[in-house]
Amino acid sequence: MVTTTPLEAELLELAGSVPDPELPVLTLHELGVLRAVHVHGPDSVEVELTPTYTGCPAVEAMSLDIERILHEHGVRDVTVRRVLAPAWSTDDITDEGRRKLREFGIAPPRTGRAAGPVGLQLGPTRTLDREAGEAGEAADPIRCPHCDSADTELLSRFSSTACKALRRCLSCREPFDHFKEL
Amino acid sequence: MTTTSVPTAAALALGDDALVLSHRLGEWAGHAPVLEEEVALANIALDLLGQARVLLSLAGDEDELAYLREERAFTNLQLVEQPNGDFAHTIARQLYFSTYQHLLYAELAAADGPFAPLAAKAVKEVAYHRDHAEQWTLRLGDGTDASHERMQRACETLWRFTGEMFRPVAGLDADWPGMESTWVEAVGDVLRRATLTVPEGPRSGAWAAGAGRQGLHTESFGRMLAEMQHLHRSHPGASW
Repeated sequence: MVTTTPLEAELLELAGSVPDPELPVLTLHELGVLRAVHVHGPDSVEVELTPTYTGCPAVEAMSLDIERILHEHGVRDVTVRRVLAPAWSTDDITDEGRRKLREFGIAPPRTGRAAGPVGLQLGPTRTLDREAGEAGEAADPIRCPHCDSADTELLSRFSSTACKALRRCLSCREPFDHFKEL
Repeated sequence: MTTTSVPTAAALALGDDALVLSHRLGEWAGHAPVLEEEVALANIALDLLGQARVLLSLAGDEDELAYLREERAFTNLQLVEQPNGDFAHTIARQLYFSTYQHLLYAELAAADGPFAPLAAKAVKEVAYHRDHAEQWTLRLGDGTDASHERMQRACETLWRFTGEMFRPVAGLDADWPGMESTWVEAVGDVLRRATLTVPEGPRSGAWAAGAGRQGLHTESFGRMLAEMQHLHRSHPGASW
């Protein structure tokens, strides 16, 4: 582990306070996409940023926002470097971030799960059941962020952005986004 | 991250697969059967475009590679350049390719090569693409007589393009025969569950297709490239 200087910790906190351009309720720190800040010399700072999805278009806006806030703090030379490894996972979203997502009306991703799709019931058109997936679903259901009901169904695997799925609550009938596990 | 130099040909092959399929899926914008699919196909296209950008950047300048190469310089599989056809064709192409890409990226992620960081990231995205294709295959195959017939026809039509996926790519450390048998088993299982018949046509040899990795492409690819490259060639260096 590389030691972090107090200045680097301070700048990391500053960069981490930037709101996510697509989900402005979350900061980059809460989203877990900031990997490190390295101070290379007086006025020269490198920030390591990891994308949520490989093609996430928000990365460019994030980079600009980080540069802006560090410039405002007096750092003249800011480089934001995109790093892929270790890959970001929804487990990197902080507890506070999860709470904010739910409050914002987005069901947060479930933690500590094997990555990948979860078997789900598709409605209204008939589809074949996937036993294993359903067993897992029953054990850890995706809850409605509005009324907390566990009785929800998938409408579409891909919602307004690649990182979300569109679901509907069968109790309060509200549609909602679910931040997919990755 | 290892210091291994990047095998350029392999980066181009994988990058071209992702780029070309991304463009094809993007052609559905405004034409998908329902809004949810419009969004889903665009999201899958975006994931692939992100992968393409990383891969092509490993090989050179991403924009020059995407917009200024001639048809014969592209080394994507012939499968991914096939026209969208009806929705069943697009789903069959997705099923065949996502299953392949999922298996390949899982191997590359496990190996400690230059593609491991991207593959470890992308394999999780592709898992959702594969799931999407499998669910639709089940729904169309085991749906109405019309959807069954179209899905069967799509699976048959694209079958001859699937052998090419498992010809070894120089610079990629993967168990190609092992991947191929896993692929045949996995795709066969989905098709059978969808009440479809596993195609019996050849996947290799004289009557099979596939020389995309050598830069030989099918007729429709040139037209696709013309559209994809038109803006950049007309306005060199233009940006949003």
